[in-house]
Amino acid sequence: MSCFKSKYADELIANAAYIGSPGKGILAADESTGTIGKRFASINVENVELNRRALRELLFTTPGALQYISGIILFEETLYQKTASGKPFVDVMKEAKVLPGIKVDKGTVELAGTNGETTTIGLDGLGDRCKKYYEAGARFAKWRAVLKIGANEPSELAIHENAYGLARYAVICQENGLVPIVEPEILVDGSHDIEKCAYVTERVLAACYKALNDHHAILEGTLLKPNMVTPGSDSKSRAEPKVIAEHTVRALQRTVPAAIPAVVFLSGGQSEEQATVNLNAINQLKGKKPWSLTFSYGRALQQSTLKAWGGKEENVENAQKAFLARAKANSEATTGAYKGDAQLGEGASESLHVKDYKY
Amino acid sequence: MTPLIANAAYIGTPGKGILAADESTGTIGKRLASINVENVETNRRALRELLFTAPGALPCLSGVILFEETLYQKSSDGKLFVDILKEGGVLPGIKVDKGTVELAGTNGETTTQGLDGLGERCKKYYEAGARFAKWRAVLKIGENEPSEHSIHENAYGLARYAVICQENGLVPIVEPEILVDGSHDIHKCAAVTERVLAACYKALSDHHVLLEGTLLKPNMVTPGSDSAKVAPEVIAEHTVRALQRTVPPAVPAIVFLSGGQSEEEATKNLNAMNQLKTKKPWSLSFSFGRALQQSTLKTWAGKEENVKAAQEALYVRCKANSEATLGTYKGDAKLGDGAAESLHVKDYKY
Repeated sequence: MSCFKSKYADELIANAAYIGSPGKGILAADESTGTIGKRFASINVENVELNRRALRELLFTTPGALQYISGIILFEETLYQKTASGKPFVDVMKEAKVLPGIKVDKGTVELAGTNGETTTIGLDGLGDRCKKYYEAGARFAKWRAVLKIGANEPSELAIHENAYGLARYAVICQENGLVPIVEPEILVDGSHDIEKCAYVTERVLAACYKALNDHHAILEGTLLKPNMVTPGSDSKSRAEPKVIAEHTVRALQRTVPAAIPAVVFLSGGQSEEQATVNLNAINQLKGKKPWSLTFSYGRALQQSTLKAWGGKEENVENAQKAFLARAKANSEATTGAYKGDAQLGEGASESLHVKDYKY
Repeated sequence: MTPLIANAAYIGTPGKGILAADESTGTIGKRLASINVENVETNRRALRELLFTAPGALPCLSGVILFEETLYQKSSDGKLFVDILKEGGVLPGIKVDKGTVELAGTNGETTTQGLDGLGERCKKYYEAGARFAKWRAVLKIGENEPSEHSIHENAYGLARYAVICQENGLVPIVEPEILVDGSHDIHKCAAVTERVLAACYKALSDHHVLLEGTLLKPNMVTPGSDSAKVAPEVIAEHTVRALQRTVPPAVPAIVFLSGGQSEEEATKNLNAMNQLKTKKPWSLSFSFGRALQQSTLKTWAGKEENVKAAQEALYVRCKANSEATLGTYKGDAKLGDGAAESLHVKDYKY
């Protein structure tokens, strides 16, 4: 084969396939300390370790929620945290058959000579960090590359740098037993129409899979976390879920090899309900879909939960109900069975778009 | 749905495949020589008439690739071959490349020519009834081959050809043949095939090709010709895995070349692929030249009185391969003279 021989190959392939199990998806709870600070600020909660721990405990111990979750992406701090009664979060997950994942990139930096385009950093010492994370219980990783649509963007340079950064990260992960989630996010910012987004998405994904092939990645042991194909956030045109589904699935059919077991969408700036309804439409679409199509949502799974919690102990039960409702709704969406009847928590329809979003 | 998409999908219809009858004048000369037949227009015409009017054959076919001369030829009772094909539910195709030339500074690696004026030629061929085209790129496995240079040149040549075809209404068959010559094992062939196909699909993306309106004609993944043979199931597993890793689901059908395989080998391998239980979001079918015509040629030997028997031999292979596309071939095709004979010619040039 053109892929390298990894002693972890069988495990990687099994774990990647498991994450794509029907009815399950990923909770992205890997907000960096800075980013979670912004979330906390919006609900007037102090950004201290105790509160960060309390939020994640709220999520991971929600009764009945973990059955809908195949993996949770964590920030490094969280990988080593415990519940109030002293149980490591990774053990809580393992017992519920949820794979712990870990964010391994170190954010973005600007590419000189471009119009604000970026590349992602984090390759230095990545192998050693992956080893450590594997020992701590992580079984998959995530690295977010960011591209934007503009008059002259994304440039060939930005596409190449981000694709090859992703490929190098992916192989280092696989050498160390972690399934790499490949995330080439094309920001929704802009006034472009859905056709433009489709065109760019196809170009970016084609570059990613060429890079992964060049780097000898084991595709069966990877996941893809792309944006859905939608109009830009400032576009005059709105698109129905069915139209988003058609453009998205077609883009994937044109670029994503069947060897990839699952595609786990990011939610971008979509509201909780939009993200669910769009995923549902994607799974209802008739056509060739040789990969699971599921979710890897952060904001779109936690928004109502955060609002309901407000940092207060007495709100935990209600906050957990809100989280359960979104987890169940998205689980149904992975089989095209969502009826739009999730009890909408406060903020479930609220757009979560923040211009030029930085984690 | 544009006609390109409809035609490409039609070619991949379960139970059907392509007869590659596009041997150039030089190449068909070698075939005719092997059965002591003179290489003149009348004999070339007679052979193709034998093939296209063989009872029961056309229902097993979705397309026939022709050489330019044949596109304008008629049956002995004056009917254009393209009309016979069309009436038989078969799309006429046309070979449009102009053979290979060596790449300077490489160890005998080649690139394919034919881009000059290709658009005008495609227009003409479309007017004459062609609805798909074929362009053969050739790579080889060696110590240092295929080189990155040769992979790039061949992939980008294929992509440019593909777009020009689509601009002119022809579905392009993308054929990156990795020759079977060599003593390498099946893993090496798999690695090279995956690398080459990944490069092809990057090139096609760069050139804005409509993948739903293309076909792929790859080699199967096998050990080299100087290496020990393996079972059809092993070939099937390695081949399908290579395709899963590189060929986007948008491509409607994959139509394998037979390389140096015997008629029976080619059929058995195709059958094994279609029996494999795994993700296969494209049809898996045939585009066979030698592996459909070998016994037919031997049986015919250029003699009018042998035509009926020769046509039966063709029908036997067409039906066998039709079943192979469904995974239902039982290996019971009445083996014609030469059906089990290897058709490998070292460093094969069309």
